Amino acid sequence: MIFSFDLLFEAVLFGILLGCFYAAVSIGLSVSFGLLDVPHVAHPAIMVLGSYCAYVVAGWGLDPILSGVVLMPVFFVLGVLIYRFYYETFERRGSEAGVRGLAFFFGLAFIIEVGLILAFGVDQRTVQAPYIGSSLALGEYRIPYRMLVAFGVALVLTAALTVYLSKTFTGRAIKAVAQDEPALRLMGANPVRIKQWAFGIATGVSVLAGAMLIIVGPVEPAMDRLYIGRTFCVVVLAGLGSMTGTLVAGLILGIAESLVLMFFGASWAPAVAFGLLLIVLGIRPQGLFGR
Amino acid sequence: MKYWIGAGALFIAAVAAALSPVNEYFFYAGYVVLTFVVLSTAWNILGGYAGYVNFGTGAFFGLGSYSAVVLFKALGAPLAVQIVAAAAVGAALGFGVGMLTLRLRGIFFAIATVAILFIMETLMMNWRYVGGATGLQLLRPEVLAPFGSYTRMLFVVMALLAVLAVSVARWVQVSWIGRGLRAIRDSEEAAESAGVPTLRLKLFACTVSGALMGAAGAPMPMYLSFIEPASSFSLNWGVSALAMPMIGGTAHWIGPVIGALLLGSIQQIVTVTISNEINVLVVGVLLVLFVVLAPDGIVGLFKKVLGRK
Repeated sequence: MIFSFDLLFEAVLFGILLGCFYAAVSIGLSVSFGLLDVPHVAHPAIMVLGSYCAYVVAGWGLDPILSGVVLMPVFFVLGVLIYRFYYETFERRGSEAGVRGLAFFFGLAFIIEVGLILAFGVDQRTVQAPYIGSSLALGEYRIPYRMLVAFGVALVLTAALTVYLSKTFTGRAIKAVAQDEPALRLMGANPVRIKQWAFGIATGVSVLAGAMLIIVGPVEPAMDRLYIGRTFCVVVLAGLGSMTGTLVAGLILGIAESLVLMFFGASWAPAVAFGLLLIVLGIRPQGLFGR
Repeated sequence: MKYWIGAGALFIAAVAAALSPVNEYFFYAGYVVLTFVVLSTAWNILGGYAGYVNFGTGAFFGLGSYSAVVLFKALGAPLAVQIVAAAAVGAALGFGVGMLTLRLRGIFFAIATVAILFIMETLMMNWRYVGGATGLQLLRPEVLAPFGSYTRMLFVVMALLAVLAVSVARWVQVSWIGRGLRAIRDSEEAAESAGVPTLRLKLFACTVSGALMGAAGAPMPMYLSFIEPASSFSLNWGVSALAMPMIGGTAHWIGPVIGALLLGSIQQIVTVTISNEINVLVVGVLLVLFVVLAPDGIVGLFKKVLGRK
């Protein structure tokens, strides 16, 4: 292990960029699992599916980020359908639904993963864009533009969702459904419709996250497995459903992973998210900003 | 009594088959199917009876494999010792996971088991002694007397483990422990306030389940003559061990056995004729189909048909 303050600074800098990216890939889960209590273990798989869709659309000559934006309505509808199905089959039946709902999403994740393998093979895929491959020189540090782009989109996405949830009528309704569903029903609102709208948004956001995923690095179908750790780590550490918390937790994970990467090597990096997740679950399951 | 005669007869049939000149491939495939019988039965003790979903079957299985390899490499320990040690290590990990149930339920518990799986994998990837990420080639010892090949012997060993696992699961199901676990599944608060020692029962279920999974992993390195972390600690073990009881039916000990025999056999046929990916797809699709359409599995379907008559 070689230590110097230069390396430390570089690791922290990279960690901040990485952290914002992690916050962005987790924010969909922060809504679907954090606010709606859906055991959405298939979130990372849907995100990787989004990466591949963005890859296909970008192949037609569109910018990868723009591809993600264009695909958002499609994934919104997909999310609405998934929630509708989940609600009709599991949530409405109550009691025993816990185990089976979990098994459903776990199975869904595997189906998506294998579907991608069958359609695209196990090889890694990348996209082309002017900002991929070059980097910004800041004195002696070099920051890859692709990380900066992901950083920017991540911040915009988090800010937009925070404002949407706290300022708009529907956004507040989504928060209300998370707090007290029966009360909302008494107010004459239909919680199921609000939830399916929210789940649609969460899924729509995932495709943008997927587009960022393929900008930040090559993507392969089995990647969702690692991101189960990263996304759930961020959402649980944040405290379920807290948007600011998601950003803070993303930064903590990003910096931690970057430090381990720098000082212990890449072979230890996958354990960081899962280790942190386990520690949080063991010590403070309600997270930093728990509701 | 009927159960013991049946189980004994099946085991004797397995031994007889292993001594007969049946095609070697039958044992090669059968070994894997029997491994799944042990894994899904073990999973069901915690997941089916108590309702705690374990995605990390691979963590127990892989740790069992690695315990066996370490013992084999360091001391040249015989297979029986490897299995007992792997069961002990699996039990210890199971006890640790059981402690997690103090605070974690539902998806939180499930995600924690995934975390344990990946942490185990990373540890083994960085442990040079057992070959790190590239793995380790293993030389099988001489096969013991009556058997014609090592695979045949491992088949009989796994058949014995399967009978043992199913017997344990059956005993748990019919004893007061099973009643307690079912009470936990239905409502943990109600069980606790009715005087069910929930923590002790959960620890028991986790430990037994972990020990069986660890034991199931022990002969795997010898079966493959090879070990490496990625496949030992794969999440695929978890989805299979969860899907098989769900498809067979989680309420009865026979459910995981039916699910494992059925799905395990399909997997073996599919793997031979098509590819490994389709294999996982079959598991995933059947899991979702059964969870949605037949929540009580094949056993539940049978009961429905019999009930109507």
